[in-house]
Amino acid sequence: MRDKNVLHLVHDISSNRSYECDLRSSSGASGILPLELTDVGYEVAGQWLLSDINLKIEEDRSTIILGPNGAGKTLLLRICHGLLAPSRGSVRWQNPSMAHSASAQAMVFQRPVMLKRSVRKNIEYAMKVCGIDPASRPHQLAAALEVSGLEKHADQRATHLSGGEQQRLALARCVAINPMVLFLDEPTAHLDPTATRQIESMIASLRDSGTEIIMVTHDLGQARRLADRVVFMHDGKVLISAEAGEFFNNPKSPEAAAFLQGNLLW
Amino acid sequence: MTRKYFLIKHTLFLFVLMAGSSDLQAESRFITIASTTSTENSGLYEYLLPKFAGATAIDVRVVAVGTGKAIKIAEKGDADVLLVHHKPSEERFVSDGFGVERYDVMYNDFVIVGPSSDPAGVAGFSSVGNALQKIADSGSTFTSRGDDSGTHKKELSLWQAAGIDVLEHDGAWYRETGSGMGATLNVAAGMDGYTMTDRSTWLKFSNKANLKLLVEGDPMLFNQYGVILVNPSLHSHIKATDGQLFIDWLISEPGQLEINQYRIEGRQAFFANAPIQ
Amino acid sequence: MSTFSSSFSTAVDLVLTANPELAEIVFLSLRVSVSAVLIATLVGMPLGALLAIRRFPGRATIATVLSSLMGLPPVVLGLIVYLLLSRAGPLGEYGLLFTPTAMVMAQTLLVLPIIAALTRQILADLHQHYDEQFRSFRLSGWKGIQTLLWEGRFSLLTALLAGFGRASAEVGAVMIVGGNINHVTRVMTTTIAMETSKGDFSLALALGIILILLVLSVNVLVSLIQAMENEA
Repeated sequence: MRDKNVLHLVHDISSNRSYECDLRSSSGASGILPLELTDVGYEVAGQWLLSDINLKIEEDRSTIILGPNGAGKTLLLRICHGLLAPSRGSVRWQNPSMAHSASAQAMVFQRPVMLKRSVRKNIEYAMKVCGIDPASRPHQLAAALEVSGLEKHADQRATHLSGGEQQRLALARCVAINPMVLFLDEPTAHLDPTATRQIESMIASLRDSGTEIIMVTHDLGQARRLADRVVFMHDGKVLISAEAGEFFNNPKSPEAAAFLQGNLLW
Repeated sequence: MTRKYFLIKHTLFLFVLMAGSSDLQAESRFITIASTTSTENSGLYEYLLPKFAGATAIDVRVVAVGTGKAIKIAEKGDADVLLVHHKPSEERFVSDGFGVERYDVMYNDFVIVGPSSDPAGVAGFSSVGNALQKIADSGSTFTSRGDDSGTHKKELSLWQAAGIDVLEHDGAWYRETGSGMGATLNVAAGMDGYTMTDRSTWLKFSNKANLKLLVEGDPMLFNQYGVILVNPSLHSHIKATDGQLFIDWLISEPGQLEINQYRIEGRQAFFANAPIQ
Repeated sequence: MSTFSSSFSTAVDLVLTANPELAEIVFLSLRVSVSAVLIATLVGMPLGALLAIRRFPGRATIATVLSSLMGLPPVVLGLIVYLLLSRAGPLGEYGLLFTPTAMVMAQTLLVLPIIAALTRQILADLHQHYDEQFRSFRLSGWKGIQTLLWEGRFSLLTALLAGFGRASAEVGAVMIVGGNINHVTRVMTTTIAMETSKGDFSLALALGIILILLVLSVNVLVSLIQAMENEA
């Protein structure tokens, strides 16, 4: 098992330097996972967009939620992160009081949401509202800037950055907060291959430093590159939750098999 | 003190504070008079009031509106003194108990002005009744105040005396502007129409354009101004002492002298005629 | 006719000679309108923020009423304030009619719906943009509103300018509740109306030019601040 007290060797994507910084002392062996969803359903105007979701997300390093458009992946992610309340069923963290503190979880959205301030101030703002110890903020800020390769843009206005740079900043904020669980909702959906590679590399280094990654994507290649575990969804239901290798080699549902072969699902 | 009362008082205090003045506790000694646009626009008050302030250290604040509205303001107790020019309305104001006593102060006169081409051919008429008759017969445009002011009431009484029902022609050659004397003169100038105005406003009016003074001097065009103290027994906040001081000064010899000395372009504008005390 | 050219030279003369009567009128206009905008901001911005962010019964109704009030003729508002402040009215005992305070009150009521409605619109858009991110940060309602206010500060400043423009350009209401009393409640707009009625068009227009220059310089000042912030 990894040591959660120290964030080890976050690789800078633009240089090859490594970085080391302290994590919250409150974490450790008793983290906030597993996350357990029991009989979760979500209804809008009489339509059940999610139903019968029973899912346990353990400390697996990275869980990729995969499936065609409209399967309910994004909804499920928001329910896990607490942005939406399920219409039915329960969402339980291992350690609820810790899980609901501001710095325990973070989320990166499909379209990054930035304050109209400098890159530096955006990161500082996130650390402040998430209650990061003021003494460790300068250190965390430096780490976040370096990992994201945004050092030379530090004093530029965030909203003037390119889409890829903004998404890197969104991830840099998460690096600075250093959450136990990071949710990502198709973070590269609007990006070109170069930007996608940079983002994936940042995700990988966050994962390697001990942050649990829970990411939604419909990009099979991305899922293969990043997944340790796959949750496959179709039509508002979870069909499969399996080890990545097992899922890709031997999908246990016809829908998943069709999806892996690149067929369109109905 | 009830909670609501407390709230109102403090909200108002906030406004006063923001306005940066101490309106609630009047810092200087002043009275408010409701008067007519004709006296204000003539410039008389700017000449007269500093002299009164010099003699008594009382500032006079003038709200200048039509006579009808001035009387309404005084009836509500929003002014201490009323100085207007329609004797019947003034006498009713006193007999209805709103005012204490009416005093004659001064007079000037009304005149008929119109386009210099004079399509009705009234120039030099000595009888205002005949002039109005000619205007009506020729169907020439006549602009009326139509605002229930002293001038408006006077004009209506002249039409009535001439036996002409102007309401029949309202909107045709007879046009009601519903505004002050100056605005009505502006309309007359713009439409090449006739109108009746008090002499002082006419003298001070800058946009005469094509207009000319055509009819004057008929005793019927006499314009008497009166002054009345608003009844303090109806409104306890009326500044009766200072208001009476102003009235006494106006009708006193020094006040009357000052009125007679005021000139517009070298001509006497008002003629003091308060009865000798 | 050279009403225009003579107005310009009159305006220039009035400004260059620092005409004391003009200075008094300009100062009172600014004092009244700035006070009104400040009070309307104190009340209207929190109200707008509340309407933008909180959900409560009657919210849509209040928002609609506010938007409609933006179109209320100033004269009607002046009349209402007049009746309230008149000695015979409910607030008559304070003797505020025909004072600058009465003018501030009328202009405040005039500007309040504008500031509240624009604030609501600006913050509702920002709220929609930032809501999920803020909830992801586990940001409490009040802290989120603070950030939204700061993020929207330039748009909100524009809302204040719109309010200031309406307040300083208005004549109907202040004429009724102020009475255009010389040296007491005479402001730019009532002077313009009065000079127009006296037929002195060039003086009226000259005052109009000065009024426009005044509003213009306030706007320029604000855009300069905005440009400086953008540079930083």
